[in-house]
Amino acid sequence: MSTPNASSVTPPEGGRRGLFRRRPAAGTPAAAARDRRRSKQHRRLANVAGLMAALVLTGVGYSALAPGASAADDSTGNPSNAVEAGRELYTRSCITCHGSNLQGIEGRGPSLIGVGEAAVYFQVHTGRMPLVRQEAQAPERPPIFSEEEIDQLMAYIQENGGGPTLPSGDLRAGDLAEGGELFRLNCAQCHNFAGKGGALSSGKRAPSLEEASDMVIYSAMLSGPENMPVFGDNQLTPDEKRSIINYVQTLKAQADPGGAGIGRVGPVAEGLVIWVVGVGALLFGIFWMGTKA
Amino acid sequence: MATNTVPGPRVGQPTSLAGKAAFEVDDRLIVAGPLRRTLNKVFPDHWSFLLGEIALYSFIVLLLSGTWLTFFYDASMKEVIYDGTYAPLRGIEMSAAYESTLNISFDVRGGLLIRQMHHWAALLFVASIVVHLLRIFFTGAFRRPRETNWFIGVTLLVLAMLEGFAGYTLPDDLLSGGGLRIFSAVFLSIPVIGTWVYFTVFGGDFPGEVIIGRLYILHVLIIPAILLGLIALHLLILVKQKHTQFPGAGRTEHNVVGNRLFPTFAAKATGLLFIVVGLCAALGGLVQINPIWLLGPYNPAQVTAGSQPDWYIGFVDGGARIFPPWEIVLWGYHIPPVFWGALGLPGLMFGALALYPVLERVLTKDTASHHLLQRPRDVPVRTSLGAMAVTAYVVLWISGGNDLIADKFDLSLNAMIWFGRIGFLVLPPIAYWATYRICIGLERHDREVLEHGIETGVIRRLPSGEFIEVHQPLGPVDAHGHGQLAYGGASVPKKMNQVGGARRAIRGFFKPIEEPAEVQRQAEIEARGLESEQASRELSSSGRPSEGGRPSEGGRPQDPRD
Repeated sequence: MSTPNASSVTPPEGGRRGLFRRRPAAGTPAAAARDRRRSKQHRRLANVAGLMAALVLTGVGYSALAPGASAADDSTGNPSNAVEAGRELYTRSCITCHGSNLQGIEGRGPSLIGVGEAAVYFQVHTGRMPLVRQEAQAPERPPIFSEEEIDQLMAYIQENGGGPTLPSGDLRAGDLAEGGELFRLNCAQCHNFAGKGGALSSGKRAPSLEEASDMVIYSAMLSGPENMPVFGDNQLTPDEKRSIINYVQTLKAQADPGGAGIGRVGPVAEGLVIWVVGVGALLFGIFWMGTKA
Repeated sequence: MATNTVPGPRVGQPTSLAGKAAFEVDDRLIVAGPLRRTLNKVFPDHWSFLLGEIALYSFIVLLLSGTWLTFFYDASMKEVIYDGTYAPLRGIEMSAAYESTLNISFDVRGGLLIRQMHHWAALLFVASIVVHLLRIFFTGAFRRPRETNWFIGVTLLVLAMLEGFAGYTLPDDLLSGGGLRIFSAVFLSIPVIGTWVYFTVFGGDFPGEVIIGRLYILHVLIIPAILLGLIALHLLILVKQKHTQFPGAGRTEHNVVGNRLFPTFAAKATGLLFIVVGLCAALGGLVQINPIWLLGPYNPAQVTAGSQPDWYIGFVDGGARIFPPWEIVLWGYHIPPVFWGALGLPGLMFGALALYPVLERVLTKDTASHHLLQRPRDVPVRTSLGAMAVTAYVVLWISGGNDLIADKFDLSLNAMIWFGRIGFLVLPPIAYWATYRICIGLERHDREVLEHGIETGVIRRLPSGEFIEVHQPLGPVDAHGHGQLAYGGASVPKKMNQVGGARRAIRGFFKPIEEPAEVQRQAEIEARGLESEQASRELSSSGRPSEGGRPSEGGRPQDPRD
């Protein structure tokens, strides 16, 4: 019910904020360049010097005050770099909707505190985030960030609030038949018996699992994106999750013994085939016989 | 007595072995007369008369494949642990019915093919019944004296749907269980007696342990027996009452023009039988239907997205989906919305369908016997009512699959539901109006051609400078150049080619089976068409009016004189 409001109000506001946000980061040297062209040489020097000084001061002040960065500094070098780079990415692409402190913004984006790296992996890896526009549901797209950048974002979000982490090891190491039973019990009512997806209310949908990798399925179960419930380790143990993934991926790879699968969506496609192909062919046949009279 | 019946050698007695055998048979059974009459029965050759036969032949496929399936199917809800060929289900608890269907699919040689053939033939059976019904409806073939056969036909359709539903439930997979669950809810929604009906049918809480066995005996014995009996009756009445036919040259209320059963029609029918069986086999072998192994065994705790019935129950599902969630209380009984969508609407539709011949007879006061068909355009009200009903049905049908349409075409499911609700009310009247206008327009054009003749495409300039198009009258004309043929409700030729204005068409349906040059040579010898001075038309042989088909002035195009 809040969706129409959000979609009608947000785009202009989001756009404005986007512009405003980009100015200080990338726009200031450009503004200085315009000045340079217009004014004198000494003025330009003074501007550059002032800018440098301001940047250095900000950097020093930030590294001294920011709690996350200093905490990460204590353990190893690499994560802190990743967290820092993740923060950079977050500030550039996510902050508009999720807020400066990951707290979320009413009507725009949820809080990211405690969602963990699993949620980041799922959302960013499948291209759902960063969001292009507010609509019923974020559509799947080619990812915008590289694997490395996604790792950095994951590190940043994990650093601030923790949450479910990505699993390791063989994600298909589970019992096939048990996975099938769990899939039919927990997943099929939205994703269809063969993982082909299905419609939900108001333009939302349970996506097809056709393109989903093991890790995407696992992280989706862990984080419960969009309308999907969270299947935490208390609801489905890691072994059960691996069983489900094993079942889904086995089904996808499995050939259709009966011939063309016609989408594996059930009787609607079958009805279409019998009317278009079956009745169509027979009408043609009897029409042909009629002309033989 | 006994000595008299021994036949002595007579002139004309058969000499061949087969002839002698036939003679002996006829001597005992006296079948030659009735057989001759049957073989001489005339069938109209219009293609639409073969639609009902498609239903008959798919029923034959159903009987044969279904009998085969009973050899391997176990209609039991006993719990078993699967240990068969299909790995993703090994170790899962399931009913014996589902296990045996899995075995048919994976372990019985040719089992999957026959199962799929059976299912495709079932879909085809109901589809061809519907198409056949539409043909009967739109041509008025149900009119007196054929109301009984219409009623039998509607009963066959309803029974075929029930038969299909029972068959859909038998594998006891996730989809069929979901359908059964909905069916049980529909039973429960019936006011006053719902609960009793439900417990009578299921014999306990859902799903119980008896329902598969009961549906099985319905599916393999009771409904097929009734179907078979009714089909036989349907055909017997057809033979007794003789076929209807489209109006045309030499066709009257008292004859049937067409081919005799033997040999022409028998050859055609056999060919069609092979086409239908071949199509079912091709679909069964090439296109997967109801992959129960993907669906898994039925478990009341589970359900799958996109749970749909087979197409012929789809409109019931659609009605249940789009009916508003109104909780209506009548005389103190609470009637749930599913009752209206799933029982009220189909009940109304089939009731109106079954009673339509009576309704039309009462409303039009037409109580005469009719053996000539009507073209849809000639009965605009009936045709428009039919179009209206078909539109409403299609809206319900689309609504039955609205979740898949929403998913595949990126639409909102809510929008689809509102499309169904608004479309169900708004689109049928629009269809009525549009069809009515189309019928009137077509009929007017027929009358215009009868009156003014066919547009030849020949433009002539008059001495006054005026341009006129030359029309070819179809028959004798009066002093004003107006045709004097009465409107007969038959097809009117609208192109010069159809009255021999051009050389005859090259024969061949798929590709020419004769040499065009040779046809042209013959045409030049015969000197047909506009080039000819003589009107050697042979109009009657092509099924067009023979009387009046010959223009009064040697077939020359006439200048309109008014």
